[in-house]
Amino acid sequence: MASVTAHPPDDPGLAKVSPETIALPLPTAPATVRIEPPHGWLDLHLHEVWQYRELLYFFVWRDVKVRYKQTVIGIAWVVLQPLMTMGVFTLFFGRLARLPSDGLPYPVFYFAALVPWTYFSTALQSCTSVVVDNQRVITKVYFPRLVLPLSAVVSGLVDFAIGFVVLLVVTAIYGIHPTLAALWLPVLLLLALLTAFGVGLWMSSLNALYRDVRYVVPFLVQFWMFASPVAYPSSLVPQRWRWLYGLNPMAGVIDGFRWALTGHGVAPGPLMLASASAVMVVLIGGLFFFQRMEGTVADRV
Amino acid sequence: MSKVVIHGEGLGKRYHRGALQESTLLRDHLSRMLKSPLSVFRRPKDETFWALEDVSLEVREGEVLGLIGRNGAGKTTLLKILSRITKPTTGWAEIHGRVGTLLEVGTGFHSELTGRENTFLSGAILGMSKREIDRKFDEIVAFAEIEKFIDTPVKHYSSGMYVRLAFAVAAHLEPEILLVDEVLAVGDAAFQKKCLGKMSDVSRQGRTIVFVSHNMAALRRLCTRAIWLDGGQVVKTGDAGEVVDHYLQKNTECNLESAWADDLTAPGDGRVRLRSVRVIPQTDFGEPITVHTPLRIEFTYFNYVPEMMLNVSMLLNNLEEVCVFNTYSDFAPRPAGLIRHTVEIPGDFLNAGSYYVNMLIVKDASTGILFRDNVVAFEVVEGEVVGNWYGRVPGAVRPKLNWRSEAIDAGDLEVSTARGQST
Repeated sequence: MASVTAHPPDDPGLAKVSPETIALPLPTAPATVRIEPPHGWLDLHLHEVWQYRELLYFFVWRDVKVRYKQTVIGIAWVVLQPLMTMGVFTLFFGRLARLPSDGLPYPVFYFAALVPWTYFSTALQSCTSVVVDNQRVITKVYFPRLVLPLSAVVSGLVDFAIGFVVLLVVTAIYGIHPTLAALWLPVLLLLALLTAFGVGLWMSSLNALYRDVRYVVPFLVQFWMFASPVAYPSSLVPQRWRWLYGLNPMAGVIDGFRWALTGHGVAPGPLMLASASAVMVVLIGGLFFFQRMEGTVADRV
Repeated sequence: MSKVVIHGEGLGKRYHRGALQESTLLRDHLSRMLKSPLSVFRRPKDETFWALEDVSLEVREGEVLGLIGRNGAGKTTLLKILSRITKPTTGWAEIHGRVGTLLEVGTGFHSELTGRENTFLSGAILGMSKREIDRKFDEIVAFAEIEKFIDTPVKHYSSGMYVRLAFAVAAHLEPEILLVDEVLAVGDAAFQKKCLGKMSDVSRQGRTIVFVSHNMAALRRLCTRAIWLDGGQVVKTGDAGEVVDHYLQKNTECNLESAWADDLTAPGDGRVRLRSVRVIPQTDFGEPITVHTPLRIEFTYFNYVPEMMLNVSMLLNNLEEVCVFNTYSDFAPRPAGLIRHTVEIPGDFLNAGSYYVNMLIVKDASTGILFRDNVVAFEVVEGEVVGNWYGRVPGAVRPKLNWRSEAIDAGDLEVSTARGQST
C-alpha cells in the first residue's frame, strides 16, 4: 500500500516523463484494418505485399542462409549439380544419341539450358511446398501469405546467379563471347520467374488443400523438361507443331538463353509474346486462387 | 473516455468438423470421384460447429482485456480473428493501430540459424522493421542474458536460453495493440514472472492488450476488463475481478478433492495406501475461497502395519512453485486401519493466488514412504477491498498480524531520534 503514496500522481516532475514520450514513433502502418468474412474473388490486397517487403527480404535471407548452412559443401553443390547433369547429357544425348546442338559445343549447349531450367524447376518445387512448410508461422502470426511463394521464387535467384557465373566461365572456355543480345537475358529470366511463380501459386494452393500434390510436382517438372528444349534443340520439333511448342514459356526462355549468350539457335520471336500472355493468364488466375485459399489456410494447415 | 481501438460486431467462426477429418490427399478425392462420379456434385456431409458465435466487443485505448474460459471456449479463435490469422465466418471487426500477436514463444525461429540471425528473423515475422531491430538489438540480447552465445546456432541452446531469447524478441515488439495467448504457460517460474512484469510494463505505457490466460491471479492483476467465453459465446463481460469471481464460482479449475475408491489403484504400497485428500473451505457452499476464508485440509490413508510411527507432512506451493510453507502432523505409533489427519489454515493468512498441495507420509519421523505432488489445488481470491488499494498485495503470505498504532508525545520522539543518530 505504500507504493500508492510513494508516487503522488500529480507530482509535476514525475508526470512529464512517461515511457511513451521516450519511445520513438511507430513506423507508419495502416491506421485501420477491417476484418470481414472472405467475400468474392476480386480482392487481391497487392499493396499490402509491398508494405511487407522487408519480411519478403527476411524470408529470402533465411532460405539462402539455411540452404548454404545445411549442406556440407554449400555453394559447391549449386555448381556441381548442373555441371554433373551437363556431363550426363553431353555423354548420353550428345556423344551416344548424337542429337544436334545448333552448331554449339555440347557442354555449352546443355549448360546454357540447364542454368535457367534448374532455376525454374527448383523455384517451382519450393514454391509448391512453401505454404505447408511454413504452417507454424502461418498459424501464429499474420502477414500477406503471398510473401511466401514470392520468397520461394526470389531466393532461387541466388543459386541462379552462381550458376550463371559458371556458365559465363564455360562459354568463355569455348571461346564464345556474349554479344549485345545478352541484354535479353533479364527479360528471359523474368519470364522464367513469372512462369514458376504463376504455376507455383496454383501448386502451393493445391498443396495446402491436398498434401500429396507435392509428390506430383516432380513428375510435372520432368515432363515439362522434355517438353522444353533442354536436352535437344527445338529445331527437332516438326514445323506444324511449333506453334503449340512455342506456347510453353520455358521453350522460349531456354532457346532465348542459348541465343542470347552464343548467338546460335532461335531468337525470341512473336511466339514468345503468346507464351508470355499465357503466363500472365496463369499468374493472374493463380493470384486469385491463392488469395481464395489464403483466407482459410490457417484453418487447414 | 479514450478512443475505441478494437471494435467487433457479431463475430463468428464456423468450422467443418467433417472437413477436418476428411482426407487431405488428392489421391483419395480422385479415387472417390472415379468410384462415384456424381459425388463431386454432392457436398460431403459435414457437421459444422461454431467455435465462436456472435461475439461483439469494444476495447478502448490503454485497456487490458482478459479472455477467460475453458479449453475450446473460443478464446484463441477470437484472438486469431483479431490478429487476422484467420477470417471470421460472420460479423466484422475494425482495428485501429499496429497489431502485434504473440501466440507462441519463438515464432519463426529456425534451429539452424544463430541467435543473432533468429533475432532479426523472428523480429521481422512478428512485425518489426529492420531498423527497429537494429536499434533494439543490444537491449534484446541483454534482456535474454545470452551475450556470449549470440553467434551460436540456436539448436545448441538449452531450452532455457532458447525461451529467454525468444521472449526477449517478443518483449521488444512495440505495437499499439498486443494480442497475447497463453504465452505464460511455458517456461519456469522465473520466466513467467518476467513475462508478467513485461506485460504490466506494456500496459503502463498506455498500450492496449488483449490477453488469454488460465492464470486467474495474473488476469485479476493485469486486466482492467474481462470477457468470459464458453462454447464460443460471451457469458459475461465486465470488470476483470468480477468476471474472474463469477468464472471461478462456476468452474473451479481447482481440484479440491482427490479420492481413490479401491486399494489397487490408490497410491502407496504394502505399508500405507492413500484414500483421499480434501480441501474443505469453511464457508458457504459455492462461495469462492477468499483471503479471509479459513481452510481445513484432510488427509486419509489406510495403514497396514500396526504400531508404525507415521506422520503426514504437507508442502503448500504457489503458482511460482515457491514453497509457501511446510507443516507436519505429530509423530506417533498408528494402529492398523484408516487414519485421518486434519490441518487448519486460518483465514487472513494466505495471499490471493493459486496453491498446490504436495504431501508425503513419513515413517519414523525420518523416511518418506509415500510422495504425492499436486494432490489437491485451490485458488484463493481477493476478498473485500479495504481502503482504495486495488493492486495485488505483494508477498507469499498475507497474515493478519497485530499492529499497535498510537499517538505519542514529543519527549518520547526525542529519545528515539537521539538513539538513531548515535548509531
